[in-house]
Amino acid sequence: MTVATDTAATLSNDEILRYSRHLIMPEVGMEGQLKLKKARVLCIGAGGLGSPLSLYLAAAGVGTLGIVDFDVVDFTNLQRQIVHGTSDVGRKKLDSAADTLQEINPNVKVEKIEARLTSANALELFRDYDIVADGTDNFPTRYLVNDACVLTGKPNVYGSIFRFEGQASVFATKEGPCYRCLYPEPPPPGLVPSCAEGGVLGILPGLVGVMQATETIKLILGTGEPLIGRLLLVDAMGMRFRELKLRKNPDCPVCGPNPTVTKLIDYEQFCGIRGQEEAAPVAMTDMTVEEYKQRKDRGDDIFLLDVREPHEYAICSLGGYLIPLNDLPKRVNELDSSREIVVHCKMGGRSAKAAEFLRKAGFSKVHNLAGGINAWAERIDPKVPKY
Amino acid sequence: MKILVPTPLRQYAGKQATVEVPGATVGEALNALTSAYPDLRRHLYSDEGKLRAFVNVYLNDDDVRYLQNEQTPVKESDTLSIIPSIAGGR
Repeated sequence: MTVATDTAATLSNDEILRYSRHLIMPEVGMEGQLKLKKARVLCIGAGGLGSPLSLYLAAAGVGTLGIVDFDVVDFTNLQRQIVHGTSDVGRKKLDSAADTLQEINPNVKVEKIEARLTSANALELFRDYDIVADGTDNFPTRYLVNDACVLTGKPNVYGSIFRFEGQASVFATKEGPCYRCLYPEPPPPGLVPSCAEGGVLGILPGLVGVMQATETIKLILGTGEPLIGRLLLVDAMGMRFRELKLRKNPDCPVCGPNPTVTKLIDYEQFCGIRGQEEAAPVAMTDMTVEEYKQRKDRGDDIFLLDVREPHEYAICSLGGYLIPLNDLPKRVNELDSSREIVVHCKMGGRSAKAAEFLRKAGFSKVHNLAGGINAWAERIDPKVPKY
Repeated sequence: MKILVPTPLRQYAGKQATVEVPGATVGEALNALTSAYPDLRRHLYSDEGKLRAFVNVYLNDDDVRYLQNEQTPVKESDTLSIIPSIAGGR
């Protein structure tokens, strides 16, 4: 952007008043505040981590905030994604976030990038920014963000959460390690549940996202000790913070001296296709919720097995017999293999595994309820809550 | 010595956050852990019996890959941490 009088080089009187608590600290001061104003930060995702991150960066006066997102606000987001409000449900997260951020600080330029980050667009996108803050929610995108940061030379301000544990670090700086130095390979798909499947304590993205905001601001100011070469671990339940040493892996395939990854790859394939937990695809042996209802109404003898956890059963149930998936191998003798069995969980993923296990154990009449109890709530009985 | 089990793996370790195990090396301690909780084994080791690449094991605050891997000697007062890959953000 070429403007005759460069407004990024000075602060207006309104801005001076707004940033007064920064300006009177020598660690920020006028020089630091102008650095913030000139900075261009790209936030990947306007969700759990992206919410506190973008809110604080906007409030702090970061001049340009790019946000990449393609999602729409839903009710399950509101427990933690504080950049969105109840009246935003159904809106694009980008629009909702932009409105909130502009309300907090109209001086900030919000660049809305409505796209899924891919190997085709990441490099071009990252080149336009100084720092990338990773608030995504799946392994393929984590590796994509890391590699694109290394290849474009942009620091990757990393945060990640699961249930009540979080991690934060700064990757891909010139001297420091990258995400692949710590995790050369992703875990096999399905091993680590996503927030949608595993749950997340609402405050946790708050804690971790604010750490990411802190690190981003320190990098812009060039002050303090950034989390380079250190992995901060947060356990919100014990309220314990620990720090581990990270090293630059001399054999790192992307940031090492002899890299084998010199351009972006297919990250879905690298992570075994399914990095993000989604409803399982319908298989031949699946039963739809409509079919199950019809069979039940007809009075067919069907044994309903629920393989969710007891705390999920407490939210809602279809009256099934509860054996959590992990307990199934040792409790399989509680089931009658001569009866027809329909297995269900929340969305159909765990029950597909359970059905497969039962078939291998000699149960011949086993069906997986496709879409789980959520599909039942959506298509058969709206009195059953979705979660 | 004490082994800290991360949240995603606790379901395979009797829901415990810390487990006390005997052992003179990192490998022996992990072996004691997976003997007590066999379900953990496939999450930590490949079929060939190698520690999986996405599992990071830290002795106190150091990555055992930069010490002597599973041969690293341990003391009773040491803490071994299993650091999992997590990717949540929304």
